[in-house]
Amino acid sequence: MATIADDLTPLHHPKTWIGKYVWSQDHKVIAIQYAVTAVSVGILALVLSFLMRLQLGFPGEFQFIQPDNYLQFVTMHGMIMVVYLLTALLLGGFGNYLIPLMVGARDMVFPFVNMLSYWVYLLSVIVLVASLFVPGGPTGGGWTLYPPQTILEGTPGASWGIIMMMASLAIFIVAFTMGGLNYVTTVLQARTRGMTLMRMPCSVWGIFVASIMGLLAFPALFVAAVMTILDSVAGTSFFVPTIISMGEQTGHEGGSPILFQHLFWFFGHPEVYIVALPAFGIVSDLISVHARKNIFGYRMMVWAIVIIGALSFFVWAHHMYVSGMNPYFGFFFATSTLIIAIPTAIKVYNWLLTLYRGDIHLSVPMLFAIAFLFTFIHGGLSGLFLGNVSVDVPLSDTFFVIGHFHMVMGVSPILVIFGAIYHWYPKITGRMWNNTLARAHFWITFLGAYAIFLPMHYIGMLGVPRRYYALGETMFIPDSVHYANMGITIAAGFVFAAQFLFFTNMIWSLFRGPKADPNPWGAASLEWHTPDTPPAHGNWGDKLPTVYRWAYDYSVPGAPRDFVPQNEPPPAAGPGDVKP
Amino acid sequence: MYVAIGIALLVVGSILFHLFSPWWMTPIASNWGSIDTALEVTLYICAIAFIVLNLFMAWAIWRYRHRPGNVAHYEPENAKLEKRLTLWTGVGIAAMLAPGLIAWHEYVTVPDDAAIVEATGQQWQWAFRYPGPDGVLGAAEVAHINADNPFGIDPRDPYGRDDILIETNELHLPLGRPVKMVLRSKDVLHDFYVPQFRAKMDLVPGIVTYFWMTPTVAGSFDILCAELCGVGHHQMRGTVVVEQQADFDRWLAEQMTFGQVLAEAEARGVRLADAAPAARPSGRAAH
Amino acid sequence: MSLVSRLAEKSWETPGASPAVGGSDRPPAAKVVLVLYFGVAAVLFGLVTSAYLMRMGMPGMGHGEMGGWRPLAEPPLLWANTITLFLASFAWEAARISARRGRQAGIWAFSAGLLGIIFLIGQLMLWRELVAAGHGLRDDPAAAFFYLITALHGVHVLGGLYFWARALLGLGAGPGVALRIQLTATYWHFLLFVWLVMLGLFVAT
Ligand code: HEM
Ligand SMILES: [Cu+2]
Ligand SMILES: [Cu+2]
Repeated sequence: MATIADDLTPLHHPKTWIGKYVWSQDHKVIAIQYAVTAVSVGILALVLSFLMRLQLGFPGEFQFIQPDNYLQFVTMHGMIMVVYLLTALLLGGFGNYLIPLMVGARDMVFPFVNMLSYWVYLLSVIVLVASLFVPGGPTGGGWTLYPPQTILEGTPGASWGIIMMMASLAIFIVAFTMGGLNYVTTVLQARTRGMTLMRMPCSVWGIFVASIMGLLAFPALFVAAVMTILDSVAGTSFFVPTIISMGEQTGHEGGSPILFQHLFWFFGHPEVYIVALPAFGIVSDLISVHARKNIFGYRMMVWAIVIIGALSFFVWAHHMYVSGMNPYFGFFFATSTLIIAIPTAIKVYNWLLTLYRGDIHLSVPMLFAIAFLFTFIHGGLSGLFLGNVSVDVPLSDTFFVIGHFHMVMGVSPILVIFGAIYHWYPKITGRMWNNTLARAHFWITFLGAYAIFLPMHYIGMLGVPRRYYALGETMFIPDSVHYANMGITIAAGFVFAAQFLFFTNMIWSLFRGPKADPNPWGAASLEWHTPDTPPAHGNWGDKLPTVYRWAYDYSVPGAPRDFVPQNEPPPAAGPGDVKP
Repeated sequence: MYVAIGIALLVVGSILFHLFSPWWMTPIASNWGSIDTALEVTLYICAIAFIVLNLFMAWAIWRYRHRPGNVAHYEPENAKLEKRLTLWTGVGIAAMLAPGLIAWHEYVTVPDDAAIVEATGQQWQWAFRYPGPDGVLGAAEVAHINADNPFGIDPRDPYGRDDILIETNELHLPLGRPVKMVLRSKDVLHDFYVPQFRAKMDLVPGIVTYFWMTPTVAGSFDILCAELCGVGHHQMRGTVVVEQQADFDRWLAEQMTFGQVLAEAEARGVRLADAAPAARPSGRAAH
Repeated sequence: MSLVSRLAEKSWETPGASPAVGGSDRPPAAKVVLVLYFGVAAVLFGLVTSAYLMRMGMPGMGHGEMGGWRPLAEPPLLWANTITLFLASFAWEAARISARRGRQAGIWAFSAGLLGIIFLIGQLMLWRELVAAGHGLRDDPAAAFFYLITALHGVHVLGGLYFWARALLGLGAGPGVALRIQLTATYWHFLLFVWLVMLGLFVAT
């Protein structure tokens, strides 16, 4: 396949509705399929979180939530949120939509594989959801799925649920690998004329590096999943040593539970950044566009993404400080973990310095970007506690951890996703959403989320462990904690309800929203300069665009407008007047 | 506009919440003041960063919000500024990492005079074992476990005979003496966690893990399980009673030894040593 | 331009510069994907290898000794299969060279794939032999790893056979043939390489 193809003919142009919208090979349709599927399971995860909150806020009031249900909710909520919602939405959804448009390609390099990736992903979701209905229900082993517990009686879903979960994950990994190979190759191969690496928007950089990380990290989970299935079904002893379950020896011998943890976190830590880096990239673009200012220190931002991506393969055991692994590993992993904080901090400074001396339009996407900065600063800083080995000892496996990672990889990326949806909605649909509803959605979500997760840090400081169905009688938990839990649940109720504002707004505007300007925010990057809005199949009409500058020419002194599109030739340069 | 005020108010609100909320670390009851110190150092450095960064953001949003005629400044990068920021971040990070690593070094270095106490976890209860007068725990393994030998002590190991077994969820520790907690699990992962001690460690089936501490306050405290271990996880509770050495000794003298258990079983005609599986070089729990 | 200098580009300073950048000098996308996939597979097999070593009881991991590990014997069939895979790789190389020189590559490509199929059959026979010798999945961790690793490798061989079939079907189809054969050959060399590393692991432990 030629890489810069002005020619439209190789694209497979379907004639029927089904060919266009179901078995579509158009990256934009696939992106929407990914996004809709991810958001749909995401709603399930949201409902589960609210059920957990009901139990924690009003223990015992809801008879249908028993301890085994609670653990199943925790597990499914966590796994869906991290893998099936965030990873799928940020890479399968935004990655698919944005990469070809932002680098000036007609489509992904392998459109058929791209389509396949979505359908395999859908299969993994179906297997996951089916696990809700198998005998014994879904697994309740926690999203970390640590053996031996996950495959023993005494944990819900120990026979069927866990196997369905592992199978679903393995299928997801196949889907992701197909998608990820496509994203990376498209960025490397299909950039249009003039689109050098350093002219790509930060969004593409974030998604690009995250895809590479996913390709290298998911195999660890794949191996762990296959080995767990074997331990459970075939009686191998990869992870399970000699143990007694229900008064009987299980027949396993010599396996290592810690081996699983190494494999899991070799995937699990990079996974955090697989979610974070696309969000970092996208939020950089939101801030820059709406502050009418180039992203400050673009090169540093790109390098930081690359460095964070590379370093995050060397920190995984910070999740295992008190796991019983060789305690001397703690020195190494604490140091490497805190070193990652430096490029991360630089990103924060540069976002703030982009705002500084900008011309800040407080449109809804910008509000979400600002909220992201706040929650990300909070969550990033609380991560330093957990990375700093000995400080982690009292805090690990408490609600402090829950507060921390929800802030940093739950709320923060979700805020970016909302901002991004509001930002690109007019391009994707050709219509504009309702501003009042959007602002109401913003304020309730932002303040509500902070009200949910800030107190959790403090409850965790006190020592309340995570994954507890009920606190029961203790000597150290004061009654006030129960009021805190009630308050958190009420806040969660508001946040939950506010999402209906969002969905209503999105669906209503799709049909009734006012027609949107092709470039309502005055953005410079390529995706806003397609000949059609929404972009047609093939994106660019007859001829691919030519790129003359980076994606951030905002408020350039002397320019007629406060932005210069990436594909606008410099005024003086005639066709023959091109600098080498 | 509102969002700038909102961010500033959230900063102020977070500080007030921190100062006035009733939830903070429990009063410490062990020697791990160094962990608390590391935590406080981390907290102060992070608090400064949190306040400065967010107030800067709030100010910048307010000051540079869009108004007619406002034009953004054009500045692609400022290498000098970025270098300076990197440097200062590095200093802050090093300042919090140092006390953290120092405390960790202490945490992984068990003093030679530490007494040995073993905690065993199983779904969903605790049991404890003291080494007895010889100061050495008998070798133990899951393979040896049966109804008469719930700890799985190797019946042929002479060091095991005087081991003192506690099958209730109540652990006693002498005040002011370092203990090395040796941890074993019979089934799944558990985690021995006493919030007031600050210390914590997973119990991992198949291997023996440990941590050490010195209880410094007399009284009783909750033992929690802090690693998900199944539906009863939240009910896997125990109590640790920290008391004067004399009280501790008196209590310990009243407890059963493994030798007594063996004798009792033998009186019923069960010879544990014969029932045991073929000897394997184990020595895992022997310290 | 080296990667480092490309990443150091101050892209805001050069509006209008070199719109021709990129394009003709890029390697074919299929080649890029192949190399990327090698990365993925290398991580996959690398992780299984480290799991193997850890489960054996690699010192220093803080796991104590691991019970039940008995090294696996290497039956002669293992070596025979290795030689078959070697020959397959050799045939692919011959096919690649012929295709590049514009000569008929069909016979080489065809036999290369057949050798691959023989390799897979040989691996299955090896499994049966091991099972017959009493190396079950259940209480022989070294054997369990052996089955796992050979299965993972076998799935990759199956993938290689899929590309083989596509290469054979596309033999008559003009200019793309040489590239397709070249990439398939590279993939098979990679299969051999992975197999040799895994074999080294089995033999050394
Ligand atoms: C309003 C939104 C949310 C609420 C109210 C919420 C609430 C909760 C609660 C109550 C728990 C269980 C705590 C425990 O008992 O251990 C939990 C766990 C978890 N949540 Fe959320 N959550 C929300 C959104 C998210 C998002 C967006 C993510 C994405 C990263 C996420 C990821 C997780 C994970 C990974 C776990 C851990 C599961 C485990 O312990 O195995 N949550 N959440
Ligand atoms: Cu991590
Ligand atoms: Cu437990």
